[in-house]
Amino acid sequence: MIRAVKKCQFWFLVAFIFSVILATVVAADTGAINGSAITSQSSSLEEIADTPVVSQTVVQKVKKDNEIDTGDTAWVLISTALVLLMTPGLAFFYGGLVRKKNVLSIIMKSFMCMALITMQWVIFGYSLSFGSDIHGLIGDLSWFGLRGVGLAPNSDYAATIPHQLFMLFQMMFAIITPALIIGAVAERIKFSAFVIFSLLWSTFVYDPVCHWVWGVGGILRNTGALDFAGGTVVHINAGMAALAAALILGRRHNMVLHVPLPHHLPFAALGAGLLWFGWFGFNGGSALGSNSIAVNAFVTTHIAASSAGLTWSLIEWVVNSRPTMLGMITGAVAGLVAITPASGFVNVIGAIWIGIGASAICFLFVSVIKPKLGYDDALDAFGVHGIGGIWGAVATGIFATKAVNAGGANGFFYGDAFQLFVQLKATAITAIYSFVVSFVILKVLDAMIGIRTTCESEKIGLDLTEHRESAYTMLE
Amino acid sequence: MKYIIAVIQLDRVDEVLQRLEEKEVHLVTVTPVLGRGRQKGVAQVYRGNKEAGSLLKKAKLEVAVNNQFVPATVEAIMEGARTGNIGDGKIFVFNMEECYRIRTGEIGSVAIG
Repeated sequence: MIRAVKKCQFWFLVAFIFSVILATVVAADTGAINGSAITSQSSSLEEIADTPVVSQTVVQKVKKDNEIDTGDTAWVLISTALVLLMTPGLAFFYGGLVRKKNVLSIIMKSFMCMALITMQWVIFGYSLSFGSDIHGLIGDLSWFGLRGVGLAPNSDYAATIPHQLFMLFQMMFAIITPALIIGAVAERIKFSAFVIFSLLWSTFVYDPVCHWVWGVGGILRNTGALDFAGGTVVHINAGMAALAAALILGRRHNMVLHVPLPHHLPFAALGAGLLWFGWFGFNGGSALGSNSIAVNAFVTTHIAASSAGLTWSLIEWVVNSRPTMLGMITGAVAGLVAITPASGFVNVIGAIWIGIGASAICFLFVSVIKPKLGYDDALDAFGVHGIGGIWGAVATGIFATKAVNAGGANGFFYGDAFQLFVQLKATAITAIYSFVVSFVILKVLDAMIGIRTTCESEKIGLDLTEHRESAYTMLE
Repeated sequence: MKYIIAVIQLDRVDEVLQRLEEKEVHLVTVTPVLGRGRQKGVAQVYRGNKEAGSLLKKAKLEVAVNNQFVPATVEAIMEGARTGNIGDGKIFVFNMEECYRIRTGEIGSVAIG
């Protein structure tokens, strides 16, 4: 540590943290945090401030019922495409991090999620998530096969865009969530087992949790838990399933001497770039309209990713004496994960702190704590999405302010410690449910068909043994 | 002086290098190669067209050693690379005519290590 103090990068880190603290204090003095700077926006939202509201449905401008707004529809259409692009982006991010004999197996699983979960969502998944509430736990099957989900808006969820567009936007979230788990099971899960697992997991874990948090009547929505764009539903949910899967599958073979190295880091950077780009739709689109909350989410998303990428690099620079490219993109993704639940409820300063916290906590977890625990979360799906998601959910309870979004709540820094408790409760419920049910599904699958490939197949590589093709040729 | 070439399973390379290190054989060249033995390759399919895959990826190790190191080198490769399955590979030992160290111009046994 004493040696570290002599390095300029250490002082760079100190200067960065200090300037953020300064910015926080100045912003508090001038009242930007308290909302005087954004009163015009707050007033337009006061009409709906009384109703307890959560997440994606919060920020609808109150308009005449069932009137399609062209601006809102245009933005959500674009956002839907942006979120879809995140799944191939994730395929490249993960694909670059595995050995070259397994890269196709990663990309194939991602595309399988796109095709398979789309069918699941259309046939019954959307209805289970957003259909009429059954005891706050799950939707009914009234929208089976999208019966009754038409082009007229549904005022329960999004009053200014066609119902089918809301359904499709939500579908993209349902697709990427099981795809995130691929990171934990990489290089050793049977393809057949993954396909069945992702279908069962979407049905028994994603759909119920989605209903709890976002469905009208859902139990977590009614407690007032804030989750703007899916920190609980997507990231904590997938992160805990990833941990369960890594524990059940066990370590990859032959890792005694060293951890397998990434085969193509430029791929990982390409994937991270696509994720960052797509995340504007993920968070900005979750406003479900082309409005000031969408812009706030857009701005905080970008700022948190940047502050997290910078923080991770500086930490590595100080601790390992060299900043790595993989560290930079891992930090940026951790920041994006953490800002997801908070993006529509926090201001710029809150976003910077969320980014800093995401990198600090995930770095500590991935490079210090994980190696001591000994489980093999191959690409840190739990370390980044689980841990980053939990930090994001907690940080929402700290930094949320009604000055940004009157439909939200005030967090710990803005005088309401209770919101922090609400966030912790929602996090714990989701984490425990996801871990337990994922664990059971995987154990049952393992007993029935076996979820792990043979040692021989792992040696040759899943591209050849599971898919009969290879990504790179050696001779021509 | 002998020149030893071994073709082994890709995932045994780390183990073999570790054992060579223990026997104080530090200089090794490793190349990824394609080859065919009794094990046969894995067939591939592209858009429905089956390509009979007759070649498998292996690692080729090359080591130049003085005579007294030959048994230790062979033993290290044998122990490190053996899994007991078909496809574990082969070790070939050649007589070596001469060896030069480019930097100093040294010749013979001294130039090897």
